[in-house]
Amino acid sequence: MTTVGDGVLVQANGLVKRFGEFTAVGGIDVAVRKGEAFGFLGPNGAGKSSTMRMVACVSPRTEGELSVLGMDPDRDGPRIRARLGVVPQLDNLDTELTVRQNLQVYGRYFGLSRATVRAKATELMEFAQLSERADDEVEPLSGGMKRRLTIARSLVNDPELLLLDEPTTGLDPQARHLLWDKLYRLKQQGVTLIITTHFMDEAEQLCDRLVVMDHSRIVAEGAPSALIKQYSTREVLELRFNPGEQQDALDNGVADLVERIEVLPDRLLLYTENGESTLETAHAKGIRPLSSLVRRSTLEDVFLRLTGRSLVD
Amino acid sequence: MSTTQTDTRVVSPLLRIAPTGMYARRARMLVERSVLVSRKMWLIILSGFFEPLFYLLAFQVGFGKLVETVQGPGGQTMSYVAFVAPALLASSAMNGAVYDSTFNIFFKMRYQRLYEGVLATPLGPLDIAMGEISWALVRGVLYAVAFFAVVSGMGLVTSPWALLMVPVAILIAFAFAAIGMAATTWIRSTTDFGLIQLVLIPMFLFSTTFFPLSVFPGAVQVIIQIFPLYHGVELMRGLATGVLDPSMLGHLAYLVVLAVVGMLVAARRLRVLLLR
Repeated sequence: MTTVGDGVLVQANGLVKRFGEFTAVGGIDVAVRKGEAFGFLGPNGAGKSSTMRMVACVSPRTEGELSVLGMDPDRDGPRIRARLGVVPQLDNLDTELTVRQNLQVYGRYFGLSRATVRAKATELMEFAQLSERADDEVEPLSGGMKRRLTIARSLVNDPELLLLDEPTTGLDPQARHLLWDKLYRLKQQGVTLIITTHFMDEAEQLCDRLVVMDHSRIVAEGAPSALIKQYSTREVLELRFNPGEQQDALDNGVADLVERIEVLPDRLLLYTENGESTLETAHAKGIRPLSSLVRRSTLEDVFLRLTGRSLVD
Repeated sequence: MSTTQTDTRVVSPLLRIAPTGMYARRARMLVERSVLVSRKMWLIILSGFFEPLFYLLAFQVGFGKLVETVQGPGGQTMSYVAFVAPALLASSAMNGAVYDSTFNIFFKMRYQRLYEGVLATPLGPLDIAMGEISWALVRGVLYAVAFFAVVSGMGLVTSPWALLMVPVAILIAFAFAAIGMAATTWIRSTTDFGLIQLVLIPMFLFSTTFFPLSVFPGAVQVIIQIFPLYHGVELMRGLATGVLDPSMLGHLAYLVVLAVVGMLVAARRLRVLLLR
């Protein structure tokens, strides 16, 4: 078993969380190393948030082993939490306080002195681009601002490990990119990040390594590029047909051109190393799609292959 | 390192029975937060002082004219206003504490999700329970001192023992804040607050606030003696008139037990609800 000695901040072995009969996390093994950005990817209800809550020491595990910063959450919860930053899925900012007060009061919960939290609040408002709203109430802030404030708040104790549960859900593209930028900067400063998300682009952008969870278990693990290599091909050829003609193409043997094909109601996805040459071969075979698109495989292809296309919840 | 720091400090036996992670000895940070918030709601806080004052006025100019004197705790004759005043102090301590620990706590727990944020820090459920209950006490102290000043100014207290009414008011606030907060953890929606009113109103009216226990038939007397406010009122009235009785220790013990049990139950329930 790995210990903190080799730079592992979070180590889970056979980690299980049950709520009565319901199994939220069904025995997972994870190791998050110091300085990396680690992702939990999965559809809603896959067990990502339950895992995060156990790591954050706010949900006791049902079974298995869990070590966070080299300590046992069951025994050393407060001591671990003192060194964590947590960005919950739903903002729980203190709506009775101003932006500045939110940061200061939160710092006080960590036992920081008044002088320290004053300086810290100023610094973090700068970081989160909220200095101009310092003395405003929290409620009228936009979703993106609240999210930035929540992230700023999670940094008040200079955490070694930052847990972000769906940090950009519900934000517009501008706000998301701004947040990603902030997270990059933190990573560069050496903060270890654990992120749950169901946005593939977010995972590809931010994560050095990730696990894909489905139905409370881990179904794949690796770097985004390695996962794409392992579970998908380099490129994907998408073919669209006139209504009714898709079946003709299938009868014509379009599936034989590639190792794997996915038949969707409106198009065919051909997984191939070289999209252009596959398209030429298809043309040569007399297959005439209405339109064609060659693109690189993404994490989304991996995700959908692993977790299926049907709705989970 | 913080590791050794926590182990060497002296922990009271009461807190030692709490499971690890329940208490980080930083309950005062929640009080700090409440002080910050209260700056914006000073008017609401001030209003808590006027409530018992209005009652007192009603009795001074109204009832006092109809019922001039009654028999006090020691069998002595006393003015009706002087009879009611200590009870009003007790019930205002109760009302302030209950308001703070029910509506406010419910809002913070269910809608603002404040405690979820707090529990992501080293603080535990007992820190929250103690911090929030302590704030109810701070308010209770302010009201008690102000009301006491008015009552003594009106010449309604006749004994130096009456000075002890202030700490008793704090104990009453503590007890009601604790059971109020514990009860709130079972509340599912705002309509359930009707149930709390259903308990509070008869308690306010019948806890010998306005008339002595002897007017009730025997069986009802037993029920009245279960009311926590009854014990508060009896203590207050005894101190105001300087008629001391060993039974006052029993009243005191009842309120202390209620305060401690309420606080521990509240902390435990917060853990069950929020640390799942």
